[in-house]
Amino acid sequence: MKIVNYLILAVFAGLMIVASAGMPNRGDANAQMNLEKSPVGSPVAAYYYIQNSKTDAHTDNMVTVILADWRGYDTLGEETVILTAGLICFLLLRKRRSSDDSKG
Amino acid sequence: MTQKDDNPIVSLVSRVVSPFIMLFALYVIFHGHYSPGGGFQGGTMLAAAVMLVRLAAGREISQLQFKKSWGTLVGSAGVFIYFFTGFVAMLMGGNFLNYGFLPLGAEPAATRGWGILFIEIGVGLAVMGILVAIYDDLLEG
Repeated sequence: MKIVNYLILAVFAGLMIVASAGMPNRGDANAQMNLEKSPVGSPVAAYYYIQNSKTDAHTDNMVTVILADWRGYDTLGEETVILTAGLICFLLLRKRRSSDDSKG
Repeated sequence: MTQKDDNPIVSLVSRVVSPFIMLFALYVIFHGHYSPGGGFQGGTMLAAAVMLVRLAAGREISQLQFKKSWGTLVGSAGVFIYFFTGFVAMLMGGNFLNYGFLPLGAEPAATRGWGILFIEIGVGLAVMGILVAIYDDLLEG
């Protein structure tokens, strides 16, 4: 049974290596994701981000501008999810305050 | 702390290292405009600095650094900073979270950069507060 596990792992590792060899190089200007138009002629979002992140927000880090500015509403939702998780932990795990430890 | 025999080396090293972790976390938050980083990563490191002292020094002593009741407050304050930044932009005539309308007196593009900084601070505070609060809740329950 252990042989089968290792075999499956090896097959998946080989699959990953083959798939990563077919990806475009980093920063390749001719890769499809960096072109202005998609194959069907619609505008590509990444092209707009690359062109306008510096001029729109005076920020060098593209990821920060996407995360905080253009997708700001999404990040607000993520943060609300974190706050909700914290509050639920507070409500579920915090012991009820008894009379003998009032320091809480 | 379950054991009475606290190790002084662990206690001292964690006490010395914790502020430096916090300093690097602040660097990660405030330098997120120019390098990888931002509110989520920096907030996690701030929480790690607080939790290090909690793990090493025990519950009572670590209350001197960051009180048990502060976690939820700090987290809520972070979310409020984020929301308030967007709300001020809405009051000044723009859309919600359109930082170009923040009343900072700079040109819109630079104002957007400042707005991104504000909400990164909010995200960092929220992540730090909530992580520490969850740790405290788990410890107490």
